[in-house]
Amino acid sequence: MKQRRFLGLLVGAALVAAACGTGATPSPTFNLPTAVGEGEGELTVLAWPGYAENGSTDETVDWVTPFEDASGCKVTVQVFGTSDEAFSLFSTNPTKYDIVSASGDASLRLVRAGYVQPVNVDLVPSYADIFPALKDKPYNTVDGVHYGIPHGRGSNLLMWRTDEVSPAPTSWTEMFDPDSPYAGKVSVYDAPIYIADAAVVLMDTNPELGIKNPYALDETQFQAAVDLLKAQKPAIGQYWVDYTKQMDAFRAGDAVIGTTWQVITYLLQAEDPPVEVDVIKPEEGATGWSDTWMVNSKTTHPNCAYKWLDHIVSPEVNAQIAAWFGEAPGNSKACALTEADQANCDFFHAADDAFWQDVWYWQTPEAKCVDGRTDKTCKTFDDWVKAWTEIKG
Amino acid sequence: MTIRAQRPAVGFARRIAAWLDRHARVRLGFLLAGPVGWLVVAYLGSLAVLFVNSLWTRDAFTGLVIRELTPDNFLDMVTNPLYRNVTLRTVGMAVVVTLTCAVIAFPIAYYMARTASPRVRGLLTVAILMPLWASYLVKAYTWRLILSNDGVLNWLLAPLGLRGPGLGESVVGLWLVFTYLWLPYMILPLYAGLERIPTSLLEASSDLGGKGWTTFRRVILPLVVPALVAGSIFTFSLTLGDYIAPSLITTTQFIGNLIYSNFGVPDLPFAAALAIVPLVIVVLYLLVARRLGAFEAL
Repeated sequence: MKQRRFLGLLVGAALVAAACGTGATPSPTFNLPTAVGEGEGELTVLAWPGYAENGSTDETVDWVTPFEDASGCKVTVQVFGTSDEAFSLFSTNPTKYDIVSASGDASLRLVRAGYVQPVNVDLVPSYADIFPALKDKPYNTVDGVHYGIPHGRGSNLLMWRTDEVSPAPTSWTEMFDPDSPYAGKVSVYDAPIYIADAAVVLMDTNPELGIKNPYALDETQFQAAVDLLKAQKPAIGQYWVDYTKQMDAFRAGDAVIGTTWQVITYLLQAEDPPVEVDVIKPEEGATGWSDTWMVNSKTTHPNCAYKWLDHIVSPEVNAQIAAWFGEAPGNSKACALTEADQANCDFFHAADDAFWQDVWYWQTPEAKCVDGRTDKTCKTFDDWVKAWTEIKG
Repeated sequence: MTIRAQRPAVGFARRIAAWLDRHARVRLGFLLAGPVGWLVVAYLGSLAVLFVNSLWTRDAFTGLVIRELTPDNFLDMVTNPLYRNVTLRTVGMAVVVTLTCAVIAFPIAYYMARTASPRVRGLLTVAILMPLWASYLVKAYTWRLILSNDGVLNWLLAPLGLRGPGLGESVVGLWLVFTYLWLPYMILPLYAGLERIPTSLLEASSDLGGKGWTTFRRVILPLVVPALVAGSIFTFSLTLGDYIAPSLITTTQFIGNLIYSNFGVPDLPFAAALAIVPLVIVVLYLLVARRLGAFEAL
């Protein structure tokens, strides 16, 4: 009897402890900072790999140390592999990260959850030079309030081993054919948002489905995308989140074709001996990203955060990141700095808005269809998550 | 002089000692408060939090936990065939790995306990324990290299025109990895169990006309069952809960992967609910193991 009462007490205590845990609440009124003061001495950055290089990947690639020297803010960098991972890290450590590079499928969730704060773009001089096509987008601006500084954009690409795959692929369908000679060696990005890649394929192969935006899928369209992915399952040799794992797989030949980022191809080609790979944005178009640097609503280092914002989208640094990661810079002045920068901008169509017509930036799917349809209800991100687990079996 | 100066201090300590000597329960309390507190708070406390979490839900868009009690997570788990399949797959893997470990471990343990000279026995013990000194991650990654497309296994099998299971959908590779990883945990209890069987019993069996197989079946095996079950507790539960090896070796999902991916969504309540599944299975397993006398053999 005594024992049981004790156990009850214990469970009760645990309940209380759990209920008292911190939860983020969005602040309805927020006073924008009006000036950037002295740095607070430190800054923790949650970033996509390649966005906050401090010389640890490659000694010559370092734009964090100059920032530390200039601002006096000691930077700690943590990288993440998917938007979901970033969001999860942010929500489980609400005060840890001062600043985050969020893609469109994380940014709006961060805003809605109250994890990030409005940003006074007037305090970030480089903001004026950001390409207009990246500003005031639903994933970085809500009701006219800016929640961050656009960083740049890119497209997910199809990579293959040139010595194993021939002829060179031009279409994503090469990855979706379970009877292809490369079955069992397909490398797929492991995140629910990958369902959109299947939707992009269906936009081309099954126009009767009427998919207008791969993030706005109604019941029928969604089912078609899920079925396509389920059929693809036996062909998959690898799900990757950590880009180094994809590099391992391509190096060893466990994967010969797959969805990738330009930076991964660069790194593989730069190896000694180089891994023989090439990439393409397939004819159907592709999913992609348009990223935003955002500031934690609970940050205790706002001055360092603002200094970082201006540093990271300044023309010089923005150009370096764009070249290193293999994407289009967000700052229009990042292109004219050197010939190499101009070449990079041309290669990634930084100023060519037509090129981006068929690149579908990651975005969080919602019940209210993001393509503007009102006659249908779309599948929510929750449905996407559940379906992704089922696709993986 | 010094003795007189120390006397009050000694007296104080003495008085406490004497008081504690008269109050045995308080003494025991002092001794156990630390470890028991740790056990209750860190182990049982976190399990209680886990259970409470599993009854909550979350906002689908922001992932924020909503603290309202609901059985939805468990209903989801029961009605969706995916979770049943993954659970069965995981339990199946745990059973197969356990059986394989038992079959491989028995001859080694028997040789060590019965036949080997003390010197060889010592060497074998070191050989079995050695892999446990290397990090689990290093071993799992090493197996990636072995099973990989241009890895050692395919190189060895190539002359025979065969290929290894690879790192794709097949779970055969994972079966090998788990068997390798957990084998020492089976050998050691089995060795201890076999060593405890008195030689006289084996002699008695053969005196009464028992051949090798009969002696094994009717004398050795019944006596070694508790040790076998004790070893299986390790191999079974370690396989059941692992998610790193599966994520490295195969694209097929196990319970641990599902928990991990729900943690990443983030859907912490559902991850908590999923975590209850292996917990319940292991508790059931332990209840059976206790009936078979495994706890005396540990």
